[in-house]
Amino acid sequence: MQSTQVRKRVPVSALLDPKIVWPAIVSAFVKLDPRLMIRNPVMFVVEVVAALTTVVFVRELVSGSPGLGFTFQIILWLWTTVLFANFAEAIAEGRGKAQADSLRRQRTQTQAKLMTGSGRDYRSVPSTSLKVGDIVLVAAGDTIPSDGEVIEGIASVNEAAITGESAPVIRESGGDRSAVTGGTQVLSDSIRVRITAAPGSTFLDRMIHLVEGAERQKTPNEIALNILLAGMTIIFVFATATIPSFANYAGGTISVVVVVALFVTLIPTTIGALLSAIGIAGMDRLVRFNVLAMSGRAVEASGDVDTLLLDKTGTITLGNRQATEFKPLRGVSEQELADAAQLASLADETPEGRSIVVLAKEKYGIRGRDLNELDAHFIPFTAQSRMSGVEVGGSWVRKGAVDAVLGLLKAPAASSQATALALQPAVSAETVRETNAIAEAIAKSGGTPLAVAKDGRLLGIVQLKDVIKGGIRERFVELRRMGIRTIMITGDNPMTAAAIAAEAGVDDFLAQATPEDKLRLIRDEQAKGRLVAMCGDGTNDAPALAQADVGVAMNTGTQAAREAGNMVDLDSNPTKLIEIVEIGKQLLMTRGSLTTFSIANDVAKYFAIIPAMFLAFYPQLAALNIMNLASPQSAILSAIIFNALIIVALIPLALKGVAYRPIGAAPLLRRNLLIYGVGGLVVPFIGIKAIDLAVTAIGLV
Amino acid sequence: MTANGWLQIIVYFVVLTALVLPLGRFMARVFEGERTLLSPVLRPVEIGLYRLAGVDATREQHCISYTIAMLVFNAAGFALVYALQRFQAVLPLNPAGMSAVAPDLAFNTAVSFTSNTNWQNYGGESTMSYLTQMAALTTQNFVSAATGIALVIALVRAFARTSAKTVGNFWVDLTRCTLYVLLPLAVLGALVLVWQGVPQNIGPYVDATTLEGAKQTLSQGPAASQIAIKQLGTNGGGFWSANSSVPYENPTPLSNFLQMLSILLIPAALTLTFGRMVRDERQGWALYAAMSAIFLAGVALCYWAESYGNTNFAALGLDPANMEGKEVRFGIANSSLWAVATTAASNGSVNAMHDSFTPLGGMIPIIMMQLGEIIYGGVGSGLYGMLLMVIVAVFVAGLMVGRTPEYLGKKIEAKEVKMALLAILVLPLFMLGFPAVAVLLPFGLSSMQDAGPHGFSEVLYLYTSQTANNGSAFAGFTGNTLWYNTTGGIAMLFGRYFVIIPMMAVAGSLVAKKTVPASAGTFPTHGGLFVGLLVGVILIIGGLTFFPALALGPVAEHFAMLTKSTF
Repeated sequence: MQSTQVRKRVPVSALLDPKIVWPAIVSAFVKLDPRLMIRNPVMFVVEVVAALTTVVFVRELVSGSPGLGFTFQIILWLWTTVLFANFAEAIAEGRGKAQADSLRRQRTQTQAKLMTGSGRDYRSVPSTSLKVGDIVLVAAGDTIPSDGEVIEGIASVNEAAITGESAPVIRESGGDRSAVTGGTQVLSDSIRVRITAAPGSTFLDRMIHLVEGAERQKTPNEIALNILLAGMTIIFVFATATIPSFANYAGGTISVVVVVALFVTLIPTTIGALLSAIGIAGMDRLVRFNVLAMSGRAVEASGDVDTLLLDKTGTITLGNRQATEFKPLRGVSEQELADAAQLASLADETPEGRSIVVLAKEKYGIRGRDLNELDAHFIPFTAQSRMSGVEVGGSWVRKGAVDAVLGLLKAPAASSQATALALQPAVSAETVRETNAIAEAIAKSGGTPLAVAKDGRLLGIVQLKDVIKGGIRERFVELRRMGIRTIMITGDNPMTAAAIAAEAGVDDFLAQATPEDKLRLIRDEQAKGRLVAMCGDGTNDAPALAQADVGVAMNTGTQAAREAGNMVDLDSNPTKLIEIVEIGKQLLMTRGSLTTFSIANDVAKYFAIIPAMFLAFYPQLAALNIMNLASPQSAILSAIIFNALIIVALIPLALKGVAYRPIGAAPLLRRNLLIYGVGGLVVPFIGIKAIDLAVTAIGLV
Repeated sequence: MTANGWLQIIVYFVVLTALVLPLGRFMARVFEGERTLLSPVLRPVEIGLYRLAGVDATREQHCISYTIAMLVFNAAGFALVYALQRFQAVLPLNPAGMSAVAPDLAFNTAVSFTSNTNWQNYGGESTMSYLTQMAALTTQNFVSAATGIALVIALVRAFARTSAKTVGNFWVDLTRCTLYVLLPLAVLGALVLVWQGVPQNIGPYVDATTLEGAKQTLSQGPAASQIAIKQLGTNGGGFWSANSSVPYENPTPLSNFLQMLSILLIPAALTLTFGRMVRDERQGWALYAAMSAIFLAGVALCYWAESYGNTNFAALGLDPANMEGKEVRFGIANSSLWAVATTAASNGSVNAMHDSFTPLGGMIPIIMMQLGEIIYGGVGSGLYGMLLMVIVAVFVAGLMVGRTPEYLGKKIEAKEVKMALLAILVLPLFMLGFPAVAVLLPFGLSSMQDAGPHGFSEVLYLYTSQTANNGSAFAGFTGNTLWYNTTGGIAMLFGRYFVIIPMMAVAGSLVAKKTVPASAGTFPTHGGLFVGLLVGVILIIGGLTFFPALALGPVAEHFAMLTKSTF
């Protein structure tokens, strides 16, 4: 659902965008530098053996051995394999670089108005010289020089540079909207900002680093996978390095280049080549979702999340309660109640009030009236009265909390309202009972009752309800299928919370939640071994955000919240937590699937190379040539060509990621095993045979 | 292949499976320190032993001290076996007047018996005194087996416990295993064997006059007691050099069946012990199913290859089924079943000569060992080897469901993967590295009996068997040389302890981890899908490593045989 939002900022570049491909090709060669290659053990090994065989080749060239054409082609493909791996990484990085460049343009040198002394004076200094704790003045039209917190004033700020959203947002001192980001622009008014980031480590700087992948650290799971790949490489060193000796015993010789060819096809080059591209692409996908992860570790953790804490308002329900029904008391028509309720709400600018007007209009065709025309007097809501209403001529209408309205009717003498009220009779006990019954029923179903009284007569109750977001229920079903528990956090009382939780389909809820409750809930879940994700924006959310394994801070939130979380959502859309989990899972799935594919490929490669290798002295092993490849040379060449080409063929998959389906772990495993495990067994048999036909047809050997 | 042959194989497997449940649960009770049927008799003995040795049975050990205790105990065992061999000439219980064993052979044998390998570069009846057989070799048959079981129990506890520090007490596990599991079963087994006709005495050798009137010396000794534990403890070292094909060592079809059964009994039952201790028996059955799938496939292939035999015989009008090197009383089905069982478990006792098997028939035992002795495997060692393989399988597959991989609620991370791989790496290094050197050296080649690919298979088998701590031999090979004694000893040493040390590091890391409760997002590790996946990973990682070597040995020999050339 966020995809349209995502695309607006940085369009997903086409895979073969020449602006990315050409630099990537150049970069593939630059990355041959062994100091860079060593970060990727599998491909480093390939480079080393390619270099060694090249040396052997040159020596043989000088001494003039036969069959050099074949050796040359093998060596060529060895280098190609390394280059393809570098190319995959460079393409992934290139896509990030395009975004980084557009960000960097925002980071132009600006002048900051540094406040001096305690007065209102300032002097102009370059923004790069600002230190943490400095106070600057930013007036309309100025670019905010660095990250900071508004300590005085209110301003509208254009944050398009960071979020891509051009509608300005309000930033003000105090409260939960005090954080400002360097590189954004103040449109109106002026604010004073206390700088909170050292030069070079601002939000924008971090964002550039992240999308460039420049300081990409290997994530824990990536490290573990690299160990597995390195271990398998060593196993195949033993398997292949012993072959010349065995062959010697059998009375034959095997050239170094053939052993190297077997070795390189066996070691997991496919996943080795694509591993870092997968990691970079995963980060990139998040950035495209307008989410910034402060570390790859957090992205990985999001795939592991067991429990999602979701705030009710804005995530599960639409922002505000809405009127859904008019419930008149006996002897009152719905029409009459709706009319009175609408009249009382005409001047009420709260979303609840507006929804009453709309409901009355939609359900009973009662059109809104102009208060000025009616010469009405609006009585606003106060925390003391807990009512609002209107007075038109001698008539009055009140709507508000049930007990408050009842109180008004019961004790007219105590009321400080218009004298007309005193003339009204007190409300009967039966009416009270009936009212309370209706109110209770509404509360039980998760709604809020609003009593409406007109001229001392109780007309009935307006039911206000939280409206569950469309499609959110289905999302929770999906999450449950993936084994993720959802817990709704709300300030409502337990009864209301339970009703909404049941309606939305969350697994659990935390009612009347305080920040301490949230923190305790996270700790409890973690003590049970679960990983917890949550999002938050306020300063009081900061401890919980820091405690959660995945804490997504809203970009509109406070600096404290943004520092505490390990991700920032630039769109400030809490529903995104669900997408973040999916991206994390997709990242891990892509790694696992390609690893499985890579390992399964080995079977076919053995059947291509082993008979070819030993045919000279054990002709009976031709029986193992089940693919019926043309000649030993063509078999070996085809295997190594397949091994190189499969890397390029899988780059799109590595960048896009394996398709994620919320179908539960067991079906998902079965599906991926079938595609990448069984597919990995079968595909190379077909591929190598096809390449062999081509190689023979062209006459390469 | 005959219906009778298949029936015997099926009966064998059914009886084995039926015994897994009671024995597996019994062992779980023993190691959880619960009361068992044997407690009234053995509990006082157990307490007495602790008091005697000054062991505080209530104090558990951290995984490092557990490992150190095990290493110290094994080093002492090694020293004792070595010393007894070297001094047997001057020690009592030597009626046949055996002389001191040469240093290199004594080294090889000492490593062999402490590492639960029981590779024998000697003939028992012509080398070892009764004292050496009993005090050194039979004793090690018990304690090397108990060591393996104790270690796997430590690993199982690491999976079962949450955020704990200790994995048990080595001395307690060792004592309980010997006292409650091995001794009762061995006593029972020995009695049955004596009933079936196996000697159990310490008298001098007996002279007999054969039907042709020739004089034959029949060697004697405390055989039944050693044979019972050699099978139960997956030791395999025969009392006589021809092992369980000797009528004295394996006199009847019943003794043959029971010995085969006791080869796989404890390793198979340990899977359920594991399931029980991690409080989900299905987990144990899943491992049992994966092991059984590979085992039964191996038996079927081996039986088929031996029955199919040598087609060149058919051309001569002879029955092609391969009876060379097999006891007529056991036949092809029982010989094939034994061969696969003894190599699937790291037992190594034989009732037929594997060297005489057809190329493919002989390849199955080699593959069983190359997989790392995890198809049931050695007592204890088989299960911990399997669990290391599970870690690798789960790591690869777990990622495919989009979570950091976990097994039994324990997250599998860099450290576990690193250590599991270290343990797995040891095998190809020695299984392939030593043969690669041996076939280049004159004193390596001179021990081979046969030429061509078959000779190669012999060398491959030798190092594979020793590295995997199996101990069975392809025969047709002079193993008692300085080179083979030394390199074989090194292979056994590394094949045992350099798997154990990383394995215990895994245990230490796992035991401290929190247990993540299972959810719909964690893929179940007890279903058919997981079993299939595990089998696939074992075959691809374990099997592919050895593809070139196998191609140059048995596979080349097989295709040569089809073109009428044999070796």
